[in-house]
Amino acid sequence: MKILVPLKRVADPDNANKVKVNGGKLETTGLEWKPNPFDEYAVETALRLTENGTNPKARQGEVVVVTFGPKDTETTLRAALATGADRAIRVDAADDALDGDLVARALKALVEKEKPDLVLLGKQAVDGDSNQVGQLLAEYLGWPQATFAGSIQSEDDKSLVVGREVDGGTLKVRVTLPAVVSVDLRIVAPNSVRGKHTPPTHAYADGVRFAALMAIMAAKKKPLAEVKLADLASDTALKIKYTGFELPPARKAGIKVKAVSELVDKLKNEAKVV
Amino acid sequence: MTYFFETEEHAALRKNVRRFAEKHIRPHAHAWEEAGEFPRALYEEAAAAGVLGLGYPEEVGGGGGDITHVLAASEELVMAGQSVGTTVGLGSHGIALPPIVRLGTPEQKVRFVAPVVAGKKVAALAITEPSGGSDVARLRTTARRDGDHYVVDGAKTFITSGCRADLVTVAVRTGGEGHGGVSLLVVERGTPGFSVSKKLAKMGWWASDTAELVFEGCRVPAANLIGEENQGFYAIMVNFATERLYLAGQCVAIAELAYAESLRYARERSAFGKTLMGHQVTRHKLADMASRIAAARALTGEVTARVARGEQVPHLAAMAKNVATDMCSAVCDEAVQIHGGMGYMREVLVERLYRDARLYPIGGGTREIMNEIISKALGY
Repeated sequence: MKILVPLKRVADPDNANKVKVNGGKLETTGLEWKPNPFDEYAVETALRLTENGTNPKARQGEVVVVTFGPKDTETTLRAALATGADRAIRVDAADDALDGDLVARALKALVEKEKPDLVLLGKQAVDGDSNQVGQLLAEYLGWPQATFAGSIQSEDDKSLVVGREVDGGTLKVRVTLPAVVSVDLRIVAPNSVRGKHTPPTHAYADGVRFAALMAIMAAKKKPLAEVKLADLASDTALKIKYTGFELPPARKAGIKVKAVSELVDKLKNEAKVV
Repeated sequence: MTYFFETEEHAALRKNVRRFAEKHIRPHAHAWEEAGEFPRALYEEAAAAGVLGLGYPEEVGGGGGDITHVLAASEELVMAGQSVGTTVGLGSHGIALPPIVRLGTPEQKVRFVAPVVAGKKVAALAITEPSGGSDVARLRTTARRDGDHYVVDGAKTFITSGCRADLVTVAVRTGGEGHGGVSLLVVERGTPGFSVSKKLAKMGWWASDTAELVFEGCRVPAANLIGEENQGFYAIMVNFATERLYLAGQCVAIAELAYAESLRYARERSAFGKTLMGHQVTRHKLADMASRIAAARALTGEVTARVARGEQVPHLAAMAKNVATDMCSAVCDEAVQIHGGMGYMREVLVERLYRDARLYPIGGGTREIMNEIISKALGY
């Protein structure tokens, strides 16, 4: 099975206090970048589907990772290659010249070129939280989609049984490949992914796999191609226009109440919650 | 801050080790330090994450890389894991295995090195004796040849990971007096006559076990001799030089952690109507700490880069160790001071780091021995 995994880098959420708003625009210089966690889960899922978990070094398929962004986003791709992805593509673009729709349209062109059996991606990026690319891409391709996957089973790599995380439980759907699947947090639990090549008794370590130094060094030699955005999308106009950014208001100091009656009064008349 | 020698490869490695330490060490750091032990399962987890085999060649199951990678990785273990005891316990093979890698036979590498870097066995190095540590040439533990075996008698102390080590690289006297009679012998757990006599209680490094070992008529196969008989002294000295850089690197890391904690506290804590950071005295203290760390990092980094390119510079390693250990003690002392009363409390990280830091001017060769090495190398 050949799987295409689109990745996005996001500003490190642990350093969110460094994000500055400058004249209604986000200031990105000096930010530390991390791969979007849900995309890392997608890479892990793709690897699990294309290997025998008891011998992960021998690949049983192909995982191609792709990202959109300037040259330094190649660090994100190299990190994915170090964990085991086979090949990478960087679509050269400025961060602020992209939106979910343009990315989906460009990905459609890339999918038509690469012809993967499956596009696996994170359910959303943790910066903009737009949650659009997977759905739009499936629509543009005319492919079936399954979003928020918490489990995936593949018996024959012709269709997948996807457990979707929905309110109050899990919805199991069977999608025929090729398809677009977006993944949720629980997809990296030890038994969430059942690939065709891995014995059912095998349990993975919880979470995303680590990359040893030798894999990091080997990743430098794996193919990484650069593609121009204009070669994938003739119309690079954005559909989403951001009109402004504001930092959330700083948390105000609390107060101490002297009696329960005062507390009830405040809850009723000031907070208006009772 | 990172070392000047670091490349993108080191950055990727750091991210990986940081993720490992944040997931597998940090949540338990305080509990393990208080318990005086970390679980054995951590060895296999560290091996699976590519942390344990770092700096060992691929042929013996290692993860490749050199001393520069080991230093970067150990800094992440300390800073992200926040347990010095766990880091040094987990890394005790870093001093036990190199002589075997350098001088051992292929069979010895398969038997002793491979299972340790795979996290299946624990290795320790035993040089210091109850009667003396720094004076390696006068060590008293004897190994008398008897047919296919050596019969070992004596005792070793202050042995990191000694309590649960499956194999111990032991310095023994196989020949006459002085450094020309010293050899290295691997003694395996379960060998009759080899026992752990005591688990030692320490000032710091609590999560790492430290043992006193006893050998009484302990029969060790002659096949466990590392390198040639009576040639062990030089191997020990070569090993010391890298150990000292590891220790210098740990000092830089511990100081960075104490500094980061102080920075956070100075921004949060208020006194006299403003944060501690609002007081010039605190800002200047922090600036001094940052400068001293940067200086020690620069020297440690330079010597490490020289060693990585093959230079034999034990006196520079000794200088780096002294500079880094003194810096670390001073920075941790200031960190406690910035924390005030909280800095004296067991629940606060800098209190523990302050105790951990005190080991470094003693372990791996005392500050005074370092100065002897430097004096001799400089010809006075």
